[in-house]
Amino acid sequence: MDRILVGLKRVVDYNVRVRVRSDGSGVETDGVKMSINPFDEIALEEALRIRERGDAGEVVVVSIGPGDAQQQLRTGLAMGADRAILVETAAAPDPLTCARILLELVNREKPDLVILGKQAIDNDNSQTGQMLAALWGRPQATFASKLVLNGATATVTREVDSGLEILEVDLPAVVTVDLRMNEPRYVKLPDIMKAKKKPLDQIPLSGLGISMGDAPTVKAYEAPQQRQKGVMVPDVAALVAAMKDKGLL
Amino acid sequence: MARILVIAEHDGKRLNASTAKCVACASGIEGADIHVAVFAETGETLAAEAAGLAGVSKVIQVDNPANAYPLAAVLAPQVAQLAGAYTHVLGPSTTFGRDLMPRVAALLDVNQITDIMQVLGSHTFKRPIYAGNAIVTVEAAAGKQVVGTVRMASYRSVDSTGKAAIERAVVEAELPGHSRFVSLQAGKSDRPDLQTASRVVSGGRALASAENFAMIFKLADALGAAVGASRAAVDAGFVPNEMQVGQTGKIIAPELYIAVGISGAIQHLTGIKDAGTIVAINKDADAPIFEVADFGLVGDLFKLVPELEKALRT
Ligand SMILES: Cc1cc2nc3c(=O)[nH]c(=O)nc-3n(C[C@H](O)[C@H](O)[C@H](O)COP(=O)(O)OP(=O)(O)OC[C@H]3O[C@@H](n4cnc5c(N)ncnc54)[C@H](O)[C@@H]3O)c2cc1C
Repeated sequence: MDRILVGLKRVVDYNVRVRVRSDGSGVETDGVKMSINPFDEIALEEALRIRERGDAGEVVVVSIGPGDAQQQLRTGLAMGADRAILVETAAAPDPLTCARILLELVNREKPDLVILGKQAIDNDNSQTGQMLAALWGRPQATFASKLVLNGATATVTREVDSGLEILEVDLPAVVTVDLRMNEPRYVKLPDIMKAKKKPLDQIPLSGLGISMGDAPTVKAYEAPQQRQKGVMVPDVAALVAAMKDKGLL
Repeated sequence: MARILVIAEHDGKRLNASTAKCVACASGIEGADIHVAVFAETGETLAAEAAGLAGVSKVIQVDNPANAYPLAAVLAPQVAQLAGAYTHVLGPSTTFGRDLMPRVAALLDVNQITDIMQVLGSHTFKRPIYAGNAIVTVEAAAGKQVVGTVRMASYRSVDSTGKAAIERAVVEAELPGHSRFVSLQAGKSDRPDLQTASRVVSGGRALASAENFAMIFKLADALGAAVGASRAAVDAGFVPNEMQVGQTGKIIAPELYIAVGISGAIQHLTGIKDAGTIVAINKDADAPIFEVADFGLVGDLFKLVPELEKALRT
């Protein structure tokens, strides 16, 4: 195939313990570490492996959001992507708008495969890939843990609640990946230097002729109810007694 | 008035418990008139089961050979077609619903409300973000249809005292042939289902091998419990993926959850926040799991688990 398109979202790093601001105005994002959404990193790794096997010509990474997402695109280029596109918006758009933007890029770039993360770990929406597939009128294979290409089709193993489902889809298609698909490579210093010379296109949202859609509005943020730390028991007998006391046995 | 369409989840034989939970969520919307749509090859028994769910006024049975296996690309245009007459379309936040509903939402030109945990109004809901580290109140776009997925751990199934009418429907929609089901490798087990069990025992990386994990199964059997695992245990191949509990596995709410050799990473805790009682067994007294455990026991699991199993059997 000629081209694989991969989405990279800039999100709060998964190791950061996210907290709601005390005034309830949002979550604390000042000064916290930002990274590529971990699922997207796996999506990119998969695309790179396909290209390295000789099954794809180029890998294009795309991010949608404010200008600082360039950092994540540069990381993607350092991992091995050939070029990057940043669609600049004031804030990260809602999933449907993202899907519309990706569709416009799909029409321009004509990829044979779009690989995205199965969800972004900030809003946990898990919508964009499915929506892109719907608007594009193409197959979707979500929550994928294995991807095998056979010319005009792909065989995808999906992690579903009851086990592993195998789906065959015609290409082009949208695949969203789960964590067990692969382990992303580490970026080496020389690659970071090389990545600086790779092309990164910046397109303002208006340049695509798309406007922000009707995102659900957030009315309030609150911290989740915290569980109370319980008691430590000295041994198995005490544990059994405690569970009996609580009516659990 | 809210006219709500719930999309039933099933395996062709029985409804998944998620359907009764979606109906419970729908019942929380004021003035709800709830219909359940059953898409199947032959959905007669499924429709009859759905008709028994309390609060449902009508079941729409859509039989089609194309619906023999639930493919999002095939179901979505049919759901979108039916959805015209409704203000809300709800599905479960299981892998079935998470696959299907956003595709439906896009066809209806709306964003989806993912993981509804509480209904505050016809268009206002609470949902978790950042792996449950924050809860937001969101308002769906006014004057548009609401498409949502329902967070399973937040709702209890409605009971089966209903007597809804069943209507067969033919949905005229163009169905794509570009996606084909090949196979499903489902774990077979006589143990209770992880997602609905009232007791769950989970094992982590500390079990160190598939052979050792048998210890967790034995403990679970002594309790009549379902078995779960951390991501580390699944990644290491001790147990299959469908047993993973957490942000990217199953979000569960059993009455009793026993975590054995699990550190309590935030992504794991996301999956058990709503458990009634959490018991943790870990050799590290500083393991984060103890911060949320109701009962904590520090020690070597290879000694404590057989001891606990024995104590429970006597
Ligand atoms: C995007 C993302 C999503 C994720 N989703 C999930 C998810 O859905 N579910 C999930 O579980 N994880 C998830 N993770 C992984 C998570 O961060 C942790 O890595 C994982 O939960 C660790 O599993 P564990 O507790 O079994 O292993 P460890 O963290 O290695 O903990 C093992 C524990 O066993 C204890 N131990 C060792 N030996 C013994 C012994 N002999 N007796 C008693 N105790 C012993 C240790 O003290 C330690 O606390 C996710 C991570 C990311 C980045």
